[in-house]
Amino acid sequence: MITVENLTKRYAAKMAIESVSFQVEKGEILGFLGPNGAGKTTTMRIIAGFMPASDGTVRVDGFDVFENPLDVRRRIGYLPENPPLYLEMTVAGYLRFVAKIKGVPKEKIDLEIKRVMERVSITDVADRIIAKLSKGYKQRVGLGQALIGDPPVLILDEPTIGLDPKQIHEVRELIKDLAGNHTVVLSTHILPEVEQTCNRVVIIDRGKIVAIDTPQNLRFQLQGAERVFMEIQGPAPEITSKLKAMPGVIDVHTLGSNDGRHRFQVDGELKKDIRSDLARTVVQNGWGLYELQSVTMSLEDIFLKLTTAEERE
Amino acid sequence: MRNILAIVERELRAYFTSPIAYVVLTIFVFLSGLFFRSILAQVLQMGLMSQLQAQQLGPRAMDMPGMITRGFLSTMSVILLFVMPMLTMGLFSEEKKRGTIELLLTSPVTDLQVVLGKFFAAVAFFVILLLTTWIPTGFLYWYSSPASGPILTAYLGLLLYGLALMAIGLFISTLTENQIIAAVVSFGIVMVLWLVDVFANSVDSSNGKAVLTYLSVLNHLDDFMKGVLSTSHIIFYLSLMLIALFLTYRSIDSLRWRG
Repeated sequence: MITVENLTKRYAAKMAIESVSFQVEKGEILGFLGPNGAGKTTTMRIIAGFMPASDGTVRVDGFDVFENPLDVRRRIGYLPENPPLYLEMTVAGYLRFVAKIKGVPKEKIDLEIKRVMERVSITDVADRIIAKLSKGYKQRVGLGQALIGDPPVLILDEPTIGLDPKQIHEVRELIKDLAGNHTVVLSTHILPEVEQTCNRVVIIDRGKIVAIDTPQNLRFQLQGAERVFMEIQGPAPEITSKLKAMPGVIDVHTLGSNDGRHRFQVDGELKKDIRSDLARTVVQNGWGLYELQSVTMSLEDIFLKLTTAEERE
Repeated sequence: MRNILAIVERELRAYFTSPIAYVVLTIFVFLSGLFFRSILAQVLQMGLMSQLQAQQLGPRAMDMPGMITRGFLSTMSVILLFVMPMLTMGLFSEEKKRGTIELLLTSPVTDLQVVLGKFFAAVAFFVILLLTTWIPTGFLYWYSSPASGPILTAYLGLLLYGLALMAIGLFISTLTENQIIAAVVSFGIVMVLWLVDVFANSVDSSNGKAVLTYLSVLNHLDDFMKGVLSTSHIIFYLSLMLIALFLTYRSIDSLRWRG
């Protein structure tokens, strides 16, 4: 549904994004993950047709964003980072305006506004002035704006920002609900969001794509970096140095101690199971082994690992 | 066309939900009444004087209603000069500040439709302002019978003049996120275009003098006020408008590039 090829955006001083390529299939939810300033917003703005790219192409449903901008925009509902709300208008009045400029047929406008307001549960504030609404409501009005005209593609820049946990849950459920009939690209810097809602993840950092995969695969790939949690009774400094000296061990962290038992986090080399070696070392030294457990890295760790990898090198 | 109308409608609603429209309308109507009264008094005095002179030098024709409307509408053109930046200041600057420009520029609407929608909304409000000047002018028709020709050409002149100056204001509002700055800068430019023929006096070359005099936005109104329709003045205002609208259009385009 969306094909992005070698997308590059240069500003006078810096590269915002560089050779970004990915595809989104029909009905899929693609998550855009990255720290602030990574290029998520820039990429989404280019897909939505707000700004042109310096290089590369974007095709939505076969239409080129640059060559057929109106055909593309007709197929996209876009929620920018700051919801584009006319604060002096009422919720219904605002959605009516959006419906008009999005070309919803005149006789269907009333029905469309009603449908969208029910969808994002803002029917109760239909006649209120937008400026007077809470942040959560404003965000939902913004989301409603993107849904007007039922476009097949939704580009949502940080859709859950500023919402309380209950509202976040509702919006995520709504997005999952929309997938299937809609193709959704959403950005976030909150990891659980991606894990819970997206079929695939694009991790982007400093304008470049670091990884594209399903959340499950990303997790699996990175489990190669074995992390083991241990609880050992014995002299802490000696344990740390001996464990560190073992082949295959990259790093050892002390996590705390209790009653002479110390907890450690041991990171091993990729795809190498060091658990039995660790156990042997502990026993050979006459320490007491209370716990040994392989830890699954959360996406959060993966994210940190991926985006800080370059700095370490 | 439907897109343009949707934008015009939204802008007009925005004018009338904010206090701007009411403040501008109130002050404008108040000032126009005040000036009409003082011009009326002036012309009446001149009428009395000429009656006294007529006793000695014989009667002379005097178009009193014509003098009143000419004086009144010329004064209005100066007041409108001050009012117009207030009508155009927020048209794009507020959209930029609020981020709503992102909605307009990602909707299936062309940039030209956005520019024209905003422009026509300001023009519509301007026309409402012009219509309020029919309150005093109406009294003139009630108590006297002024020649309608010059009045109609004067209104046409004022409309063209408004189109040109508001297009400039529209362009300026694309350049900033701050509507006060937009108003002050548009006002400055309009003032220069008004007073440019004053500078003409200090220029030595006769060509330079001619160019500066030509650029003065108020000079071109004189003939309209006298009831003379001249294509050169019409072309002057329309080309000023087209240049400014073109710059607005380009400015929106560059807004996209810069993000």
